[in-house]
Amino acid sequence: MSFYFDNNASTPVGPEALQAMERALAEVYGNPSSIHAQGQRARRIVETAREQVAALLGCPPKTIVFTSGGTESDNLAILGAPPGHVVSTAIEHPAVLEALRVRGNYTLVQPGPNGAVEPGAILAAIRPGETVMVSIMHANNETGVVQELPELPPGILLHSDGVQAAGKIPVRLSELPVDLYSLTGHKFAGPKGAGVLYVREGVELHPRQFGGRHERGLRAGTENVPAIAGIGAAAEWLTQNLSAESARVAALRGRLEAAILARIPGTSVNGAGAPRTPNTTNIQFAGLEGEALLISLDLAGFAVSSGAACSSGAVTPSHVLTAMGLSKEQAKSSLRFSLGRTNNESDVDALVDAVERAVARLRNLSPFHAVPSS
Amino acid sequence: MPFHRPEPGSLIAVAMSGGVDSSTVAALLHREGYPLVGMTMQLWNQRRLPQLVPEGPTGRCCSLDDVYDARAVASRLGIPYYVVNFEERFEREVVKPFIGEYLSGRTPIPCTLCNNHVKFDDFIEMADGVGAAFIATGHYARLGFDGTTGLWQMRKGADPAKDQTYFLWGLKQHQLARTLFPLGHLTKPEVRALAASLNVPTASKDDSQEICFVPNGDYAAFIDAYFAEQGLPRPETRGEIVSTSGKVLGEHGGVHNFTVGQRKGLGIAAREPLYVIATEPAAQRVVVGSNDDLLRAFLAARGVNWVSIHPITEPRRAQVKIRNKHAAAPATLFPTGTQDSVEVRFDEPQRAVTPGQAAVFYDGDLVLGGGWIE
Repeated sequence: MSFYFDNNASTPVGPEALQAMERALAEVYGNPSSIHAQGQRARRIVETAREQVAALLGCPPKTIVFTSGGTESDNLAILGAPPGHVVSTAIEHPAVLEALRVRGNYTLVQPGPNGAVEPGAILAAIRPGETVMVSIMHANNETGVVQELPELPPGILLHSDGVQAAGKIPVRLSELPVDLYSLTGHKFAGPKGAGVLYVREGVELHPRQFGGRHERGLRAGTENVPAIAGIGAAAEWLTQNLSAESARVAALRGRLEAAILARIPGTSVNGAGAPRTPNTTNIQFAGLEGEALLISLDLAGFAVSSGAACSSGAVTPSHVLTAMGLSKEQAKSSLRFSLGRTNNESDVDALVDAVERAVARLRNLSPFHAVPSS
Repeated sequence: MPFHRPEPGSLIAVAMSGGVDSSTVAALLHREGYPLVGMTMQLWNQRRLPQLVPEGPTGRCCSLDDVYDARAVASRLGIPYYVVNFEERFEREVVKPFIGEYLSGRTPIPCTLCNNHVKFDDFIEMADGVGAAFIATGHYARLGFDGTTGLWQMRKGADPAKDQTYFLWGLKQHQLARTLFPLGHLTKPEVRALAASLNVPTASKDDSQEICFVPNGDYAAFIDAYFAEQGLPRPETRGEIVSTSGKVLGEHGGVHNFTVGQRKGLGIAAREPLYVIATEPAAQRVVVGSNDDLLRAFLAARGVNWVSIHPITEPRRAQVKIRNKHAAAPATLFPTGTQDSVEVRFDEPQRAVTPGQAAVFYDGDLVLGGGWIE
């Protein structure tokens, strides 16, 4: 048996995306830029997907730029913006942090202990006349904490990495103060290789990839038509089902947290008390090595995650959790469980049993890892 | 017996370095039908101290190439595989003591520290944590059980050129009871042939030679770079070079650049070849003399571990090895009244008895025990 609780890393492709992709791969081989009928069929797939994504996000279709994924979208937003100072947060994904490092001249704002970044702290970090952009992730990948996106002084662009928000919480871009917004299909039952950067009308961005005039000149290269068909179909499914599905997943998450906190001593939820995406919980198991717990669970057939994987695949303590004030040891003793469409109540119950068994074994082994009295 | 025969179905954690030996262990145990979990211990980040390796961090222990190879072997065998992060423990238990020993004028053996404190301590703990009954490594040593004493015993590997017991004398009974050395009864050519017959992808890979975290075996450069990285001034250990009679012959740039028995790099013209006889860190002096001055018939060992026998209570004949490439020399072991120290009197004086190296005691191919040379 295998149970998948790592939907923030990637999700199984949903049936509607799979069907759309199969059709696009098998039947539509033209280049969307070609003039003939086959080209026009491919173009129609791309434009239909653009409308489907725009409907999910509540924005005009022409503001949707297709990319290869979240990293490319974040890179394009950060590196394509005009020169000047950038304000961002310490809990961003490496796709943002590393792009900022390439840019230089940026300030990172720390979150509070619950993982939320104070809008006031963002505004205070802005240097009038110097700051050209603010980049705040909409929902955090590790804790699920949803950040408030503040109104900025005029003339400053707001980018938000929405990779972990889109498809999990309602996102109406026309009602949010954002100018640029990144997302990727494989986090919401779409395929890998299809991402989106929303670019508000009137925002000037410089491309990072050069060639043909695809995607309003922002992203040269023949469109990945099958993947775009997939992300479009996944977005359309969510437009119709998001509120029911997120309520269902929220109930599962509640069941999971309640059972673990009740049955396993020394557990607490990182980011509790802040608004969170309904599918994510990050739980600290006081005194335990998260790495051993993760491997134990995997050997028992349960996929979860811990911290960040470095290039070798070894786990390093999460920079998000340490930014929230957790010690390295506390960060290493934390696991992330992220739920999705394929999970149900009996999966969650099986997971809780497996976690309880693995934790009991690990705690029995190590007298040094006794549960601290609280 | 060639090695323990775990009960069928016992989960075995295989320490996989990416080299041919540990890869063959995995393939061999897999052929025997045991459920396996492969693990690579990430010990040192090869991207640290980049000034030491201008050509970049490739081809050495813990490099991404090794992880790639280990992962490929695990994937071919279809066994679960993980990279486990032991970097903090390695730095604490191996690198820092190594530097401390070196600066105190001793010549430490990091591989023994690593075996004692990381590979057979933390790795067994990790194996326990994931529910593995045994660990297996590619070391060349043989294990068996002696019914009369009720003790596990370690013997030299069958291949005299590859025997690794000099580095394994720190293993405790409870560790031996959980450890498998499936290659101990084989020679290296036999292992290579076996690897080829088992289609191990790394069958023709070169052996690793140097100390994994010290590029090119240049300890002094490593220590300089480490202190620079930590933002610490390097301890000043410049001083005089003196003869055995105390006559000042010259100056040196730091006692840690010298090791007992060293001939090159003294920078002193003399009629007869001069060797380092001793380093005196307190006085920051290096004592030099003739080859004959290097001979010692006696040594004291501390931190003694009795591997295969109960602690001695009366003098015992043995063969004692004082360097990895030293031919074990006949000697008598004298108990001192405390179990963790022993005095060794050689039948014939031995050249370059070096403080900080290990003295390992054998009775034929049986490893009696070992300790650190005072």
